[in-house]
Amino acid sequence: MDSVKHLRFDVIVVGAGPAGIAAALAAADSGKSVGLIDDNPTAGGQIWRGSQSAPRKSASSIWFNRLRKSAVQIIGGARVFHAANGELAAESDDSAIQITYGKLIIATGARELFLPFPGWTLPNVMGTGGLQALLKSGLEIAGKRVVIAGTGPLLLAVAAYARKCGAKVLGICEQTTRPRMVGFGMKMLLVRGKAPEVLRFAYDLRGIPHWTDCWPVAAFGNRRVESVRISRQGLTSEIECDYLACGFHLIPNSELPRMCGCRLQQGFVQVDEYQQTSVAGTFCAGEPTGIGGLELALAEGEIAGYAATNWEDRAKHLFAKRARYQKVVGILKDAFPLRPELKNLARPDTLVCRCEDVPHVRLCEHSSWRAAKLHARCGMGPCQGRVCAPAAEFLFGWEIDSVRPPVFPVRCSSLAAIRSHSAAPRN
Amino acid sequence: MSESISVRVNGRPVTVRAGATVAVAVLASGTTCRTSVSGQPRSPLCGMGTCFECRVAINGVPQRRSCQVLCEANMEIEANG
Amino acid sequence: MNKASEIVIVGAGIVGAACALELAAEGLRVLVIDERFPSSGSTGAAMGHIVVMDDSEAQFAITRYSQILWDDMRDQLPPAVEFDPCGTLWVATDEDEMAEVRRKFDYYRERGVNAEILDSQQVRDAEPHMRAQLAGGLRVPGDSVVYPPCAAGFLLQRARDLGACVIHGQPVAAIGKGVARLADGTIFAASFIINAAGQSAPRLSSGINIKPRKGHLVITDRYPNFLHHQVVELGYLKSAHSLTADSVAFNVQPRKTGQILIGSSRQYGAENSAVDESILARMLQRAFEYMPGLSLLSAIRVWTGFRPATPDKLPLIGPLPQDPSVLVAAGHEGLGITTSLATAKLICSQILGQRPAIPIQPYLPSRQMAAEAHV
Repeated sequence: MDSVKHLRFDVIVVGAGPAGIAAALAAADSGKSVGLIDDNPTAGGQIWRGSQSAPRKSASSIWFNRLRKSAVQIIGGARVFHAANGELAAESDDSAIQITYGKLIIATGARELFLPFPGWTLPNVMGTGGLQALLKSGLEIAGKRVVIAGTGPLLLAVAAYARKCGAKVLGICEQTTRPRMVGFGMKMLLVRGKAPEVLRFAYDLRGIPHWTDCWPVAAFGNRRVESVRISRQGLTSEIECDYLACGFHLIPNSELPRMCGCRLQQGFVQVDEYQQTSVAGTFCAGEPTGIGGLELALAEGEIAGYAATNWEDRAKHLFAKRARYQKVVGILKDAFPLRPELKNLARPDTLVCRCEDVPHVRLCEHSSWRAAKLHARCGMGPCQGRVCAPAAEFLFGWEIDSVRPPVFPVRCSSLAAIRSHSAAPRN
Repeated sequence: MSESISVRVNGRPVTVRAGATVAVAVLASGTTCRTSVSGQPRSPLCGMGTCFECRVAINGVPQRRSCQVLCEANMEIEANG
Repeated sequence: MNKASEIVIVGAGIVGAACALELAAEGLRVLVIDERFPSSGSTGAAMGHIVVMDDSEAQFAITRYSQILWDDMRDQLPPAVEFDPCGTLWVATDEDEMAEVRRKFDYYRERGVNAEILDSQQVRDAEPHMRAQLAGGLRVPGDSVVYPPCAAGFLLQRARDLGACVIHGQPVAAIGKGVARLADGTIFAASFIINAAGQSAPRLSSGINIKPRKGHLVITDRYPNFLHHQVVELGYLKSAHSLTADSVAFNVQPRKTGQILIGSSRQYGAENSAVDESILARMLQRAFEYMPGLSLLSAIRVWTGFRPATPDKLPLIGPLPQDPSVLVAAGHEGLGITTSLATAKLICSQILGQRPAIPIQPYLPSRQMAAEAHV
């Protein structure tokens, strides 16, 4: 358990979702050595989870085929927890991994924003992406009643997918306003290539109630969720259900870039036109630079891959495509702002930190995230604040503080294996 | 594609399809993954390895994030520890 | 705002909080000012070990006095303070260190501190995860552990209940001659100003020699019953002695949550708070040598902190020779949590002109001024 694997790549890509796969393949075109590392057992990230065996000639299967045929070395089941000066530290189930690299491309994707409300910790209350991930991982849901709530296009995707899996989707509770929702649909229809997708959603979701200005007020149940109370245009009603999938859109997984010293703006990693961050030799592609969906992630990934291997011409070739899909970032931001009512869902005894079971009332006493952490222990658990810090930021306006290694909990032996960056100067 | 895998959750056999994660096996067995520090039952929230609610012991190793571990034949899974 | 307090305390860490409570309990009007928030300095990073130390008579006197004060207070401490009378287990790896064990045992016994010499097997019985073939150890059952931010928070809240005022987020620009001036220009007049600003103490009072000594700590996920005592290697004393070299020493602590706190490291001259990977690795390797099972535990967080250190390893408690309206209460190195309560008592006795419970001379700032002819 104490062994350390040493690997060396010209380019290392962290995150094997669409952006990472695109970046790795673009980088590999140059003939340089490319590694692609991800903490899941198989590549695909969230949106392409389990898609390696997709039978149709879908976009994902084309990319996976290319990946299979390429010289990219995939390191699965390995969690990156530190990166500095040409040295990246990761951990798998049986060893620590030290990767020496020339260029680093961070494609760590996004996760859902969770907001606390009474009953949100009940079993079978999960994220919308969470439900989708579990469905793709084998969860049987045929005949079960599902309510989908929160905000963002993920609600639609998950509702459609859950229905395909045989679930009874009782309704979609979207907190944004009706005009914004309609506007979102219209604007997406105008983004090149998106019209079929939008129309397919509309078809896949036919007959499923879709309510705007609607959000969950409380979940009830004994040892698992049995019903959810929703607020809809000022009135509340209760819906019995087996699953409540609730997520409030996406936030960037920016911990690794933060720790590397990359500059951020409003929580997103700042990059230049070649997807290079403020740290020379470190690139970032996909959701951490702005939540913009699949096509944008692919374009950014390719640009980063070419730029990291000094193939600027090919990178430039993709600028127009990226610009086209960059619009999605703005469309999403405009369509799904979080409404202030969501700040008042938590009661004093509603838990905000689920790792340490810290209720809302204990956080109110403090005026900063750091003070709340030290005195109330929220964010001191294994999730390192990934769930509660963004919620606290929304509820209290607290800025999250700096990120220290390890960026994920790791075995002490792996921590001890980090080579000092002063001992191995690179690049 | 109907290959299935048999594991044990808290000593009871559970069958899942090939490619299923341990989290799914735990849910399929009808139990929850863990008990929180104040005694609440908890099950997966994020499904992608960031919330840590899905932690169980797998083959004797505690605190494993079950949503990121594929089931293997005869795995011993202890949930709610 | 020109409110006149009797006492202004700069710094709401554990020392400032303890002083606030002690003085408010005497009926004095107390104002505590912190540049950020309570425990945002060394207290927030500290391990929270309440330990009797025998480096010198003066160090023993203040740690022992303060430990008794903590014990007297234990029943009042709320659960969040996580007071745990787990005791310390000093471990020896060879005959030299066992000689040190015996010396410590005699020293403590002569002074009424309960201690017990353990052989190799007894050490394993006391802590099953210690590696085999240690030479033995010394158990000191009277030592305990607290969670520092909440301990300081408790003291501060009690002070508030007794009428003390606390201001956060206000850096103090200057103190002296009965006046504390904030960076924003606000002036507070007081009969006495207590410089409990830890790291920042020298900035506010010239002539004080306090230098930061950087340390690293790792905290694991919850593993109840893995560890029962605070376990420290005797080599810790060698590490704490060195004035210049970077050093690591095995020092682990069980928290009431079941998490394990792993330390310790000491670095001079390292002024930035970034995690230093190589000393972190050294610290962990050292820990694995004593407790191999630690290597498999999940580490959730790593952080650094600064111990405000003086050259003779004793805190500064008492008036500035050049300005008796300012009393320093700073420079506690790695014993701030332990000696906070005694520091408060000594400060209080000086202010009230009462006889202190232990001799005050070893801690007076004037000893540093005498040694340094110029600033």
